[in-house]
Amino acid sequence: MQAKLTVNSRLVAGVEKPVRRRHLSGLFPPLILAPAVIASIIFVYAFIAITVWVSLSKWGTLRMDFNLREPFGYTYQQMFSMPRWHADLRNTFIFTILFLFGSIFVGLLLALLLDRKLIGHTILRNVFLFPYALSFIVTGIAWRWIFNPETGVNLLFDGLGINHLITSMGGHPFKPGWTTDPSVLFSINNWLAMIFPGVKNMSVHLGIPIALIPVVVAACWQLTGFSMAMYIAGMSTISHELREAARIDGANEFQIYTTVILPLLGPVTVSTAIILGHVSLKIFDLIFAMTGTGPGFATDVPGIFVFDQTFKATKYNLGAAASVVMLLLVSLVIVPYLWSSLRKS
Amino acid sequence: MLLGFMLFFLMPVYVMVVTGLKEATKVSLSTMWNLPQQLSGGGFVEAWRRLQPNLGNSLMLAIPATILSAIWGSINGYVFAKWRFRGSNLLFGILVFGMFIPYQSILIPLIQFLEQVKLYGTIPGLVVVHVIYGIAITSLIFRNFYAAIPNELMEAARIDGAGIIRTYLDVMLPLSMPGFVVVGIFQFTNIWNDFLFGVTILPNPAAQPVTVALNNLSGSFSVDWNVVMAGAVVAALPTALVYIFLGRFFVRGLLAGSVKG
Repeated sequence: MQAKLTVNSRLVAGVEKPVRRRHLSGLFPPLILAPAVIASIIFVYAFIAITVWVSLSKWGTLRMDFNLREPFGYTYQQMFSMPRWHADLRNTFIFTILFLFGSIFVGLLLALLLDRKLIGHTILRNVFLFPYALSFIVTGIAWRWIFNPETGVNLLFDGLGINHLITSMGGHPFKPGWTTDPSVLFSINNWLAMIFPGVKNMSVHLGIPIALIPVVVAACWQLTGFSMAMYIAGMSTISHELREAARIDGANEFQIYTTVILPLLGPVTVSTAIILGHVSLKIFDLIFAMTGTGPGFATDVPGIFVFDQTFKATKYNLGAAASVVMLLLVSLVIVPYLWSSLRKS
Repeated sequence: MLLGFMLFFLMPVYVMVVTGLKEATKVSLSTMWNLPQQLSGGGFVEAWRRLQPNLGNSLMLAIPATILSAIWGSINGYVFAKWRFRGSNLLFGILVFGMFIPYQSILIPLIQFLEQVKLYGTIPGLVVVHVIYGIAITSLIFRNFYAAIPNELMEAARIDGAGIIRTYLDVMLPLSMPGFVVVGIFQFTNIWNDFLFGVTILPNPAAQPVTVALNNLSGSFSVDWNVVMAGAVVAALPTALVYIFLGRFFVRGLLAGSVKG
């Protein structure tokens, strides 16, 4: 008999009720799992505990010092008053929103378009998923070149005559500095300051940093294929009979999608959003290779902050504190997801 | 519309290959989108010369780490799927959580640990790291894989008097080839593409994996863009080839609970 891996849009496949075992052999299963569980307890949980301790310690130089820093949690307090950290939190938030929206929306669109099974749909599917197999470093380097303000996309705008059109109407040519541009679009600081006067003193503009947009494009290029694959797998579980039934009930093709298929894709969307959302909260390599911290920390994220503080500035407690915040953000997304997937099985 | 998307998705690949094939003096900002006037392997020759040792490192890293974590994951996945006991689901959750954590949050103690056991800065050290942090994903994929194998097979083996290990070796392992292919491809890709562990655990440039070397290459101002782009192609080639030839297994892997780390 040939075993086949079932495609499942859920993280954890259901497990059939196992056969009852005899008492004596009951000790074997936990014993076999023991090495993995012990490794996980040490290398994940104990190491996290050490990192939390470091974040509370005085170890802020090359000289190791595990004594607790007074007052308790001062490193966190320090970090949360750093303008760079404010920029990081803003960037993670904006990046996550734009990236999730872009990759999920386009992924769904591609899955729906490919669902029509036109000629060459397998080739197209492979093309869309291809970037997923590449390293973030490769992606970052390629897109850095493409978004170089002197060439790349800006050259395309010239080539397509867009700038000719704008200048002929008396406007300035559209030539964004992209990753070199420190400005922030849709800044809401003034608006917020009307409600919270304290915001006026903030050095960080709350809005969309222009330099972050190319990074979002690159991330979407790499991971849209993943959400597309999730949606294709999700749609393949919707039975043909269901579509047929809707058709018999008089639904046209468009209505079949809006009333039958899309509502059934809800759970796939949740899984995709959680997996991509946690990738986005952890993002490091792509930005490191593409823009680094960016002009005025316009593309800095907690992942890079941790790296800089720990390995360049050797402020171990500060780096550890930032990594603990990263972990908390990721856990907020992942723990409920794991909990519900495991309870279902 | 699909055609437009296809052009968008292929565009960076076009840019990388075309720029890589140009001569250094011909890579000008204003002709980025043009095809090279005459083909030159110059960028690739130089990129290959610089990255070749690091490609070797990546292979020496990714192949053993993939094999070891696949075997370990297969055993765990088998027990989790077929020999459930009180609390095994909880243990599974504890294990799987490990694949989602940002590795930044364990790096400081991890480096301390590797220094203690004299593995810091060595490729075997990085193999150990990838095996340990790979258990979660490989156990998960194998658990889902074995869950789909009917229990009747287990029952038959039991009647023959086979225990947990015999059943694994005689019944499950021979059926596991597809699982190993999926996990193997998936882990190979993940480990090959890793950057964070490579850059923090291997400070010595001669020992670094290709992703780190490529990043260094692109960061140095003395290197021309055609070399960087050719380097990107070279570094991407192994996983790209795996994807092109074994793509359907790759898709199964990523759907069976995959995460880009």
